[in-house]
Amino acid sequence: MSSASGTNNSASKPTSTRAKPANKAEATADWVDGRLGIYSLAKANLRKIFPDHWSFMLGEICLYSFIIIILTGVYLTLFFKPSMAEVVYHGSYLPLNGIKMSEAYASTMNISFEIRGGLLIRQIHHWAALVFVAAMLVHMMRVFFTGAFRKPREINWVFGFLLLVLGMFDGFFGYSLPDDLLSGTGIRFMEGAILAVPIVGTYIQMFLFGGEFPGTDIVPRFFTIHVLLIPGIMLGLLVAHLILVFYHKHTQWAGPGKTEKNVVGMPLMPVYMAKAGGFFFLVFGIIAAMSAIATINPIWAYGPYRPDQVSTDAQPDWYMGFSEGLIRIMPGWEISVWGGHTLNLGVMVPLAIFPAVLAAIAVYPFIESWVTGDKREHHILDRPRNAPVRTALGAAWISLYLILLVGGGNDLFATHLHLSINTITYTVRVGFFVVPVLTFIVTKRWCLGLQRRDKEKVLHGRESGIIKRLPHGEFVEVHTPLAQKDLHTLTAHEQPQPLELPAETDENGVARKAGVVTKARVKLSEGFYGEGNQIAKPTTEEYQEITSGHGHH
Amino acid sequence: MSENLPEAHAASHGTDVATHGEPFADPGLPAHEPRRTDIDERAAKRAERQVSLLFVVSMLATVGFIASYASIDADKLVYIFPLGHVSALNFALGMTLGVALFCIGAGAVHWARTLMSDHELPAERHAIEADDDVRNDVIEQFRTGAAESGFGRRKMIRNTLIGSMALVPLSGVVLLRDLGPLPEQKLAHTNWDEATPAKPIKLVNMNTDQPMKPEDVVQGSLTFAKPEGLEESAEDFQQRIAKDALMIVRIAPADLKDAKSAELGFEGILAYSKICTHVGCPISLYEQQTHHALCPCHQSTFDLADGARVIFGPAGHPLPQLKITTDEQGYLVATGDFDEPVGPSYWERPR
Ligand code: FES
Repeated sequence: MSSASGTNNSASKPTSTRAKPANKAEATADWVDGRLGIYSLAKANLRKIFPDHWSFMLGEICLYSFIIIILTGVYLTLFFKPSMAEVVYHGSYLPLNGIKMSEAYASTMNISFEIRGGLLIRQIHHWAALVFVAAMLVHMMRVFFTGAFRKPREINWVFGFLLLVLGMFDGFFGYSLPDDLLSGTGIRFMEGAILAVPIVGTYIQMFLFGGEFPGTDIVPRFFTIHVLLIPGIMLGLLVAHLILVFYHKHTQWAGPGKTEKNVVGMPLMPVYMAKAGGFFFLVFGIIAAMSAIATINPIWAYGPYRPDQVSTDAQPDWYMGFSEGLIRIMPGWEISVWGGHTLNLGVMVPLAIFPAVLAAIAVYPFIESWVTGDKREHHILDRPRNAPVRTALGAAWISLYLILLVGGGNDLFATHLHLSINTITYTVRVGFFVVPVLTFIVTKRWCLGLQRRDKEKVLHGRESGIIKRLPHGEFVEVHTPLAQKDLHTLTAHEQPQPLELPAETDENGVARKAGVVTKARVKLSEGFYGEGNQIAKPTTEEYQEITSGHGHH
Repeated sequence: MSENLPEAHAASHGTDVATHGEPFADPGLPAHEPRRTDIDERAAKRAERQVSLLFVVSMLATVGFIASYASIDADKLVYIFPLGHVSALNFALGMTLGVALFCIGAGAVHWARTLMSDHELPAERHAIEADDDVRNDVIEQFRTGAAESGFGRRKMIRNTLIGSMALVPLSGVVLLRDLGPLPEQKLAHTNWDEATPAKPIKLVNMNTDQPMKPEDVVQGSLTFAKPEGLEESAEDFQQRIAKDALMIVRIAPADLKDAKSAELGFEGILAYSKICTHVGCPISLYEQQTHHALCPCHQSTFDLADGARVIFGPAGHPLPQLKITTDEQGYLVATGDFDEPVGPSYWERPR
């Protein structure tokens, strides 16, 4: 008996020299650690360093609006009836009294008018969805323009991209659920688009709708996709995205004391817990107030869906406006192939460009690293001006997006600006090809101008605003030299050299031939870093020459 | 060509960038500058009170939320400048909830900014890639495992395994088959195909629910019609009206530019499908001067005087036209289906 308890003791408390827990909380933490190993987990993370910059908040907004969407979404599922069974409405919104509608529409009306707070939660859900997609887009732009997607973060870029695409589609499915006149029009659009798919289009359409349009299956099916399938995938991707952010540690801007080998900032506990945690409440609070003030998607004004009716201002949510613009400006080309089969290019081409443009963004990190041959890790961000070609590409992409948005809202532009729709459409057609090119050129020049200005600043100092008169009568403005930390910050960026074609002959004089791919790669690399695509940054010699007297004023 | 890659530069120059060295050395982390609240205890106390005040406001707002929920009727409207008439409950709940949440956030952020340490600390980064020892070790272990499995050696097992794994997901795809019926000829026909010359179907005005006579159709107007017998209460009304809906116009016979279209009509009365041939929106806008019909969704414009030819926009073919005539009592009737499928085009659609 006594020997048994002796061995027992030695097994449970081998050679622990650790201090007794100071209080209840620490005792509890000890207990949990024995089961879950939280101390090892927290060791690396509790005082994890986060660098500070306002633009790093954009990702946080995405995360928080996603959480808000889930919270409000759960509430809505408690009241929403995803059914297309016909009912007659007898609710407190009198204009629709006695009208036939689907249960989906009726229950959305119920949420909006009978359930206390239901309207608010519906609005918060919709507003948060808009904020979510917008924040993802802007967050993605931040990552793009600063080069934060470079190794080791390419995979996380792809995860983020998938989240954006899934977010957009889930938005579309959610928008379709209330079965109001506007959402039905969107679904009709989708049906037409599916039908334009060659060979299998009609089959997909029949299987998706459970028969002919609109059928009675589409709302319950979309409901499952909207609340279960897509959010489930997104949740997984989101967790993976965040784990990678933690694992890679945050990027940072160049500056004194900041290198590729460190990360400078403040610790998670307590500063970032308070700031990030607090920021969640700020975002939630603002969205709640927005929902109190601004009505979004007033389904009662549209009425229930009828396939032979349409509300005149049928507009998709803005993030789908891009595809809407494509579909509106495309000429109606329909051709006959393989003897009697119809290829609906007018719908197919826009629907192919839509994912193609998105996919080009998804693979951009891989293209850039292939072109530059850069295989190193990057943790210091690029200032957009210091990567002119990348910045110009990004700007061109945004301009394409905007021009298509104009195309997607051509009717609104027409009525508000008193222009003919046809004129706008023709302009957008031309703009689709011209505007991105112009934007590219202008942006690149602008970047180079800014680089030149930086160089000027480094070499000649900052304009002080003080005018001095020299003995011989000339007026000059006094320039104050920059502090060391500014000199460093302004010149910390790298200036990669373009790839060069291998010598025509190798060291033994034997002719070598560069393949087409190599040649293309060299050309592209030339386009990125070649002459005229970056301003050589100031060198020590130049600086010394100027500051040592000659030409210094 | 690899000698021209930046990593090759890095090897030969010790840096991968322009040949000049970094001109301006990194002076290192700047010294910490204390904030007002770090040195002035009064300022710190004031910040503390501000943070607490925000949290108190949040509590009050939550109480306000609950009070609003309990006391305001769901259908009460109030006038609030500049929003106009809004739901009182929605406004009160949203504002109180917004304030309650916002103040927690503002308090926490203010606390972090003024009272928590703002010392910047550097943390080391470590390369993501494993070092060579780990790498070689893992690859060695994997090779051992692979060799022991015999996966590479027993080709027959390997190939049949790959084959079976490739095929098994097909079951999942096949199971989706019963989601819906096969397309067959469903898209090619509307319910007007129940009409025959012997048993014509009357055109019924969508608004008045009355059969139409030619004299009811005013020149220059646009009327919507459906087949007689299709009631809104019908089980499959949505599905049928999605294809059957008609747009009736009357154009002076002299203005008709398309002989075949004129033939399908009756004394200048033409019955076109209301469903846009682009992606299927119902067409609703008609300009009587030009006889142009415009689809509000993407602005496809059809010239109804010219066989509904597309004159602008993304639609790929004209609107199908229904052959109409009058029966013995003088009502407008259809004697058969459209001559081609209505709505958006698809692969099997003849062209
Ligand atoms: S559906 Fe009519 S123009 Fe697109």
